[in-house]
Amino acid sequence: MSVLDIKNLEVTFPHRRGDFVASKEVNLSVEPGEILGIVGESGAGKSTIGNAVIGLLEAPGHVSAGEIFLDGNRIDNLDGKMMRRLRGRRIGMIFQDPLTSLDPLQTIEFQLVETIQYHLSLSADEAHKRAVDLLDQVGIPDPEIRVGQYPHQFSGGMRQRVVIALALCAEPEVVIADEPTTALDVSIQAQILELMKSLCRDRQVAMILITHDMGVIANMADHVAVMYHGRVVEHGVTEQVLGSPEHPYTKSLIGAVPRPNIKVNRFPVVNYIEKAGVPTKNIDIATHWLGEAIRHDKLDGPLLSLKDIGIRFQTRSSIFPSRRLWLDAAKNVSFDIEQGETFGLVGESGSGKSTIARLITGLHDPAAGTIYFAGENLTALTKKADILALRRQMQMIFQDPFSSLNARMRVKDIVAEPIRFHGLTDNKTETRQVVADLLDHVGLGAKAGEKYPHEFSGGQRQRISIARALATRPRFLICDEPTSALDVSIQAQILNLLKDLQDELGLTMLFISHDLAVMRQMCNRIGVMRQGVLCEVADTETLFKTPEHTYTQQLLSLMPNMDLLARDIDSTDRHPLENLPN
Amino acid sequence: MNSTEQATERQSAIRRLLDHDITYSFFRSKVTVIAGIVTLIYFIATLFAPIIAPYDPFDLSTVDLLDSQIPPAWMANGDPRFVLGTDDQGRDLFSAILYGSRVSISVGFVSVAFAATLGIFLGLVSGYFGGRIDAVIMRIAEVQLTFPAILIALLIDGVARGVFGELDREQYAFWILAFAIGLSFWVQYARTVRASTLVEKNKEYVQAARVIGIPSLVIMVRHVLPNVLGPVLVIATINLALAIVLEATLSFLGVGVPATQPSLGTLIRIGNNFLFSGEWWIAIFPGLVLAVLVLAVNLLGDWLRDALNPKLR
Repeated sequence: MSVLDIKNLEVTFPHRRGDFVASKEVNLSVEPGEILGIVGESGAGKSTIGNAVIGLLEAPGHVSAGEIFLDGNRIDNLDGKMMRRLRGRRIGMIFQDPLTSLDPLQTIEFQLVETIQYHLSLSADEAHKRAVDLLDQVGIPDPEIRVGQYPHQFSGGMRQRVVIALALCAEPEVVIADEPTTALDVSIQAQILELMKSLCRDRQVAMILITHDMGVIANMADHVAVMYHGRVVEHGVTEQVLGSPEHPYTKSLIGAVPRPNIKVNRFPVVNYIEKAGVPTKNIDIATHWLGEAIRHDKLDGPLLSLKDIGIRFQTRSSIFPSRRLWLDAAKNVSFDIEQGETFGLVGESGSGKSTIARLITGLHDPAAGTIYFAGENLTALTKKADILALRRQMQMIFQDPFSSLNARMRVKDIVAEPIRFHGLTDNKTETRQVVADLLDHVGLGAKAGEKYPHEFSGGQRQRISIARALATRPRFLICDEPTSALDVSIQAQILNLLKDLQDELGLTMLFISHDLAVMRQMCNRIGVMRQGVLCEVADTETLFKTPEHTYTQQLLSLMPNMDLLARDIDSTDRHPLENLPN
Repeated sequence: MNSTEQATERQSAIRRLLDHDITYSFFRSKVTVIAGIVTLIYFIATLFAPIIAPYDPFDLSTVDLLDSQIPPAWMANGDPRFVLGTDDQGRDLFSAILYGSRVSISVGFVSVAFAATLGIFLGLVSGYFGGRIDAVIMRIAEVQLTFPAILIALLIDGVARGVFGELDREQYAFWILAFAIGLSFWVQYARTVRASTLVEKNKEYVQAARVIGIPSLVIMVRHVLPNVLGPVLVIATINLALAIVLEATLSFLGVGVPATQPSLGTLIRIGNNFLFSGEWWIAIFPGLVLAVLVLAVNLLGDWLRDALNPKLR
């Protein structure tokens, strides 16, 4: 007997340009003690289902058809008062961002006791005892002391544990976890998932786990539902769905997941969500404007070389030097990047990997050490013209495609700006031609220039970013988490594009990411960073097979196990968008 | 680009504008549409005041003292020549109001433009460079915030009188007034722009521009400025109403525009003397016109604030 039944659910968001159906014909059910994974890319409608179950659909969205049953009783038509009694009491919710899902002005105890007393008739003492108990169960050390503290005194992972305790405090029958570990580092993610799994099994709680991460699904879920455009396209036992996917969308999704254990040259064709941009005309790089970047003088040594780089940021300011506090964002970091190679920097948040990128591009000045680029000492250069000339040769692609483009400029002006500024073309006609060629070459089509950035999706914006970076004809490209804000199939497209461009233009790349599986596909050599220190530098294959540093070993052991996922996705199996159900 | 292409692009731009969410929210709210129409009527009426007004209140040859203090046309003793009656010097009140609104609205626009320019510039510099420049500008702003706007305007007006002398003052009165009002409003713009600039300058598109090598000044003008103008537009609209009221207040106190160029405030002040002797229309009609104008502009400002704030949409 399943505890939660969703029958033929349809959720509609009315809009002045016609209704938007966020999910349609969804049939799902969960048993006690079972974990049902709902996986899909952004906009697939997976969060909508969770919100519909707990009655938190954002107005004007509403359930327009179908039914939801909790333990045999219909709940989708309950009024606000009845729903409040259900929420937290019988259905718990775990949200994505632990930093914002706790009230910063109240102690943990207040928040737990408030919830406990609202739902269960317990005295203050009993509620307090229960709160401490719960914290103990979710693995918070010294629960007696910590229960009296405020959320800011907890780390992100600890806060997510508190959020789990909150969700569980009234012994709900169903828990909905919406991307519970997406905001956490990989080492903490593993712990939290383990905790959720064991709690779910011990207490016989039915869990709906909503995520975009195939690795999380593979390690957690008993059943999985794959969503695409608001519909469940495939539903079944996890091993079955991930191991031998049947629906073409599931296949392309699984094919796009970077594997930590296999290295592929290019990702299989994944033009499912967004048409994979293919240049409409072939540019002969050797004679084209873009190709002039290749004809740099040959260098004997490495293209980029960092020697004992250090930088620190003040975390507490004071007029007395002894009272100031500093954070070492980078400490004695030294590495070389050879011409034409891709060097990876991996580490968790706060490890200083982005700081290194900003130091190289001159957004920060190093406090110690020297940076050599193409044989020149960058840190010693003082003449503006010299600095500009070298700056032009290195460009950066940023993480967030939504904030890295100026929303008030047309795409063609965004791409043309570096060309105009550095005077890289002879006249306006040439600039226009070069911009059109660039946009076409990154797969957007030459006409994209007339539009504004908000008319593009995340992946397309990242292509604009790439076009802008290429517009200075750089020889060195820094990619700072270029795909971490993107869906997995879009990520595969962008990574393919980066690889193609590198081959064509002979670019040298510094690739920064927290995702080891992506690193393995992209990099020749990898440096592992932790708290501003470079722990280990090794060839990619060596690093994955025989890691030396204990931290590297730990990172590798925490990678989600992807063995369940089908290995051989037929890359010739092209599925044009037109043939798909809508 | 040839001319037909330009024409089609212009057409599609108009279509985009009509289809835009802001346009949609404008037409969805009846109050906003009415406020918009009222404001439009004001602008047209004041712009074409010389054509619409039956008399020129500045032309002394048309003014006859015998016509003074005639009540509105529909009252007993009313004169059909003067729809809203006449003031103590025999000027047609309707014409005087039209010309008066003209002065009021011009002062409002000029002072808001002045305040916005100064405030945006200082706010941008302050937010983008930070550090000592920021500290100096913001401390000045805070000191100014401790004085009421009207006090500052009075102070500037007083200084201007001292510098120019009473005769020259009449000549420059309009500009001094706009300057005084503008100077008392710049702080709001500076603080808003500074706050938005602090957010925008850490966004990746600004960093991308820095990586390209573009100098700070160009980044500020080309990249940051267009992205911080949204809230400024809202403040400017609401400030326009405030500026018109402040001008009226100053004119009412007798330190505004000279009596030969009456604004709405001047008319109210003149009418105030006759309010209790039965000639209520001299004060009430300019007062009503002022109130409706300020209300309409304020409603437009409220709508703009809601429409531009994605959280409320």
